[in-house]
Amino acid sequence: MPTTLTKTEVKRIAALARLELSESDVDRFTGQLAEILAYFDQLQQIDTTGITATTHPVNSAPVMRDDEARPSMTLNETMANAPDSDPSGLFRVPKVIG
Amino acid sequence: MAGSSLQTITDIRSAIEHGATAVEICQHFLDRITSGNASIHAFTQVAADKALQSAQEIDRRRPHDPALPLVGVPVAVKDNICTQGIETTASSRILKGFIPPYDATAIERLTRAGAIILGKTNCDEFAMGSTTEHSVSGPTKNPWDLDRVPGGSSGGSAAAVAARLAPVALGSDTGGSIRQPAAFCGIVGLKPTYGRVSRYGLLAFASSLDQIGPFALTVTDAAILLEVIAGQDPHDATSSAEVVPEFEAALTRTLSSPTIGVPWRILEDGLDSSAMRTFSAAVNTMEAAGATIVEVSLPHAKYAVPVYYLIAPAEASSNLARYDGIRYAYRASDDAADTSLGHLYNRTRHDGFGDEVKRRIMLGTYALSAGYYDAYYLKAQQVRTLIKDDYDNAFKQVDAIAMPTTPTTAFKLGELSDDPLELYLGDVFTASANLTGLPAISLPCGRDDSNLPVGLQLVGRAFDEATLLQLGLGYEQQAPWWRNSPPAATTASPSHYTGRDFANGKG
Repeated sequence: MPTTLTKTEVKRIAALARLELSESDVDRFTGQLAEILAYFDQLQQIDTTGITATTHPVNSAPVMRDDEARPSMTLNETMANAPDSDPSGLFRVPKVIG
Repeated sequence: MAGSSLQTITDIRSAIEHGATAVEICQHFLDRITSGNASIHAFTQVAADKALQSAQEIDRRRPHDPALPLVGVPVAVKDNICTQGIETTASSRILKGFIPPYDATAIERLTRAGAIILGKTNCDEFAMGSTTEHSVSGPTKNPWDLDRVPGGSSGGSAAAVAARLAPVALGSDTGGSIRQPAAFCGIVGLKPTYGRVSRYGLLAFASSLDQIGPFALTVTDAAILLEVIAGQDPHDATSSAEVVPEFEAALTRTLSSPTIGVPWRILEDGLDSSAMRTFSAAVNTMEAAGATIVEVSLPHAKYAVPVYYLIAPAEASSNLARYDGIRYAYRASDDAADTSLGHLYNRTRHDGFGDEVKRRIMLGTYALSAGYYDAYYLKAQQVRTLIKDDYDNAFKQVDAIAMPTTPTTAFKLGELSDDPLELYLGDVFTASANLTGLPAISLPCGRDDSNLPVGLQLVGRAFDEATLLQLGLGYEQQAPWWRNSPPAATTASPSHYTGRDFANGKG
């Protein structure tokens, strides 16, 4: 059970979460996250052998519906909030394939 | 002040019955916002033109329409709830300029019931925070003391209602974000049972915990609003098929000899003494009014904070992955040094998210990452089960559980902004209701030594909001704290409404 958090680990997590961090961000977050994670360690004292995990507060059966075509938003409405889009209905992104 | 006659839904109904128009009512609140919002910054956006247009439309249709429950009632809406054609940013830079192409189901139900959307209220970014300081547009101030926070994350909605800039408001509650600001601002805030209100159109933070709910000055108004927004929705598979009671009608019935449990043992640590005195007095009031008070034991409730701050960030890290600079709103500018797609994602999210959101995304990513999943995330979900079992056991002998909403009253702006863990600990009494899905209400129950409002929280059985509302109304009748308005409410202009006292039938 790790209770210490290194800067290398914070950088690894930030990369997984697609967040660019400055060195000063890394310093600040490492201290704060380490303190928070140390506080979480108290959960390890609780015996949870055989206890089911609760993923959702209310258990209900899956909701099913027929797969029928329904009216939807227009392409223009759908694309209106994109920061960079093409009128033909495409999101413009940086070149992915060289 | 003339505005004092037009504060609640009940006042507005009476005014309309006596000849007021929806436009007049709407203009009254718009005038109050104009003079009162600058000092507290509750609204980040006022949709004045749209609101007045809707009010005109309501006035035009009213003679032909059957009576609608919210006809002409202006509503303030937290900025993480989608409003068609009105910018919705969750107080984040990353959503600057995002104009939803559709209404959230709760908004659609409000407008169908005759309500008018006044505008959007400030919140902590993506509802993550308990001070409304983590907002791209700056903090909201507490109407009781402008040097203090209004609570959060729905601080703008709470402050707007407390300052009488709106009669009612919508907020969202993931770990206390309706109840805590309601307590700090001295008003009523209700988190419905998970599944009671559709989450469609609520910008997702933690999908197994989020619920939309009402802010109001009175329990009756909260009941009216809840009745309108509740109910199953095909757009949200987690919304419940449970029948929605007529909450407003339920208030005409009183509970005969209710039993209320108090978990005294978990209150022993960390509750400040003046808040404890006020809470104890509220319990005595309920006892004097006929409730039987018993002690209940919730041995795992003290773990609510660590469990919540593992589960909520884990869900958030996944939900917020969609903000990548491609499909919505903000995108970082080009960087000649690195034109790759990955770099664009990283920089957009670096610029677009504030520190608290970044902290939680990283906490969640860490808890879900290889090697830590079992120790953190799975463990938290197992303890969540134990907390749920504690409540199930307690509800075998009581109708509701009472505790303070918060361990302290409103603190100073900036006081805790560098101490995330200390802020998280403030959710100790509220987070359990989200982890268990149970409904909970915060009621104003007095003032502490600094004249700041204190909140009394009642937690109920799943889908039994009616009992909470009945108990709440019973308490409110004994202790009508809502009638005292904060200093910021009296500095707002009473507007042209002076002299036309419709609410009391004197117009």
